[in-house]
Amino acid sequence: MTALSALIRRDIKIALRVGGGALIGVLFFLTVVVLMPFALGPDLALLSRLGPAILWLGALLASLLTLDRLFMADHEDGSLDLITMSRTPLELACAAKALAHWLAAGLPLVVAAPVLGLLLNLDMAATGAVALTLLAGTPALTFTGMIGAALAVTLHRGGLLMAVLVLPLSIPVLIFGVAASQAAITGPLSFGAPFSILCALTLVSLVIGPFAAAASLKHGLD
Amino acid sequence: MSLIDLANPTRFLALSARVLPWLVAATIILLAIGLYQSATAPDDYQQGATVKIMFIHVPNAWLSMFVWGVMSVASLGTLVWRHPLADVAAKAAAPIGAAFTFLALLTGSLWGRPMWGTYWEWDARLTSVLILFLMYLGLMALWRAVEDPSRAARAAAVLTLVGALNLPIIKFSVDWWNTLHQPASVMRMGGSTLDKAFLIPLLVMAVAFTLLFVTLHLAAMRNEILRRRVRSLQMMQAGRKAA
Repeated sequence: MTALSALIRRDIKIALRVGGGALIGVLFFLTVVVLMPFALGPDLALLSRLGPAILWLGALLASLLTLDRLFMADHEDGSLDLITMSRTPLELACAAKALAHWLAAGLPLVVAAPVLGLLLNLDMAATGAVALTLLAGTPALTFTGMIGAALAVTLHRGGLLMAVLVLPLSIPVLIFGVAASQAAITGPLSFGAPFSILCALTLVSLVIGPFAAAASLKHGLD
Repeated sequence: MSLIDLANPTRFLALSARVLPWLVAATIILLAIGLYQSATAPDDYQQGATVKIMFIHVPNAWLSMFVWGVMSVASLGTLVWRHPLADVAAKAAAPIGAAFTFLALLTGSLWGRPMWGTYWEWDARLTSVLILFLMYLGLMALWRAVEDPSRAARAAAVLTLVGALNLPIIKFSVDWWNTLHQPASVMRMGGSTLDKAFLIPLLVMAVAFTLLFVTLHLAAMRNEILRRRVRSLQMMQAGRKAA
């Protein structure tokens, strides 16, 4: 247990210090959202209708962008080998790393979402709904993305290949995240049903992600 | 003859060379029967002649999921038993599965235009099959991105097993969500709702398409084994030149 908490604390520290780059994700999120009115035109009614989708897309892309840091830096300096060889089960270590990554890179996106909601003319209820769905959904993005990150690090290929592998897996999260936020804003469907499915997706990814990532690390590293 | 005996690629090549002509013949005969029966099947009272798209569309859709299932079993073979032919099977199946999935989407879209009035609808069945298609492409990109086949095999195996979660979602999407795509009508509790005049040609076509897949898959596996041999011979030759 102490090993896992030490791992989490270490990863958060590294992510937040100079060279960590966790907060670049938030900056990217902001930039993507700011780009949207330039493409769509500054029609506030349209922006508020598309707002939840824009915020979700921005968060998805931002979390994808920071994912390759999850294992790459540790692989480069050799600490990933120590983690795989340690007595702590690799699955738990992967879960701990993903949790730390979410706390450092995913949670800031959730916190930033209400501020960006103001720019997109979302009202209080809509902003709250989007922030709530992001809070429930971004862990799923991190934990499924971890599979892609583990594959990428074992193949020494990052970037585009990882995006191609991870994005199809994150489509269900996107669908239900946006559906729940839209339901909260406009109705007529209930907020509860898509939101529960979103939570279920997150729970499933919490189980599948660490096992799949650990399997690919075990089989792939040499 | 067990699965272990097939682990020797030379023995596999010899055996598959003997089986393959029979498979080709069986596929051609069954496809001919199926196509004839489909062509002579009566028109539907509502859909008219467009119902015949079903005889191509449904087998393709079944195969798109079946091939991922085959790849998942092969992936287990790679990760758990380290069967040397498992990754060959998984790699050879991916482009074939992608082709079946693409044809399922294409024929479905051509069928949807006269029936639903639209080529594409973002309902759960169509979306989940599109995700399947994207995952096939991602898997093929993964195979192509890595030079060492055994390293690529293990990464692809993990991804295949994760992607297998999509299969039940596709199968049950029409039951779980209220979709434009019709719910299951052949494999369902309480028997098929399809009339015999349509069901029999459909089943023949399904078997024919499955045989087609087995034939193509076997041939692709042989090609992959030979390709790897050529590659290792080339490497040996290059090594000899350098020395």
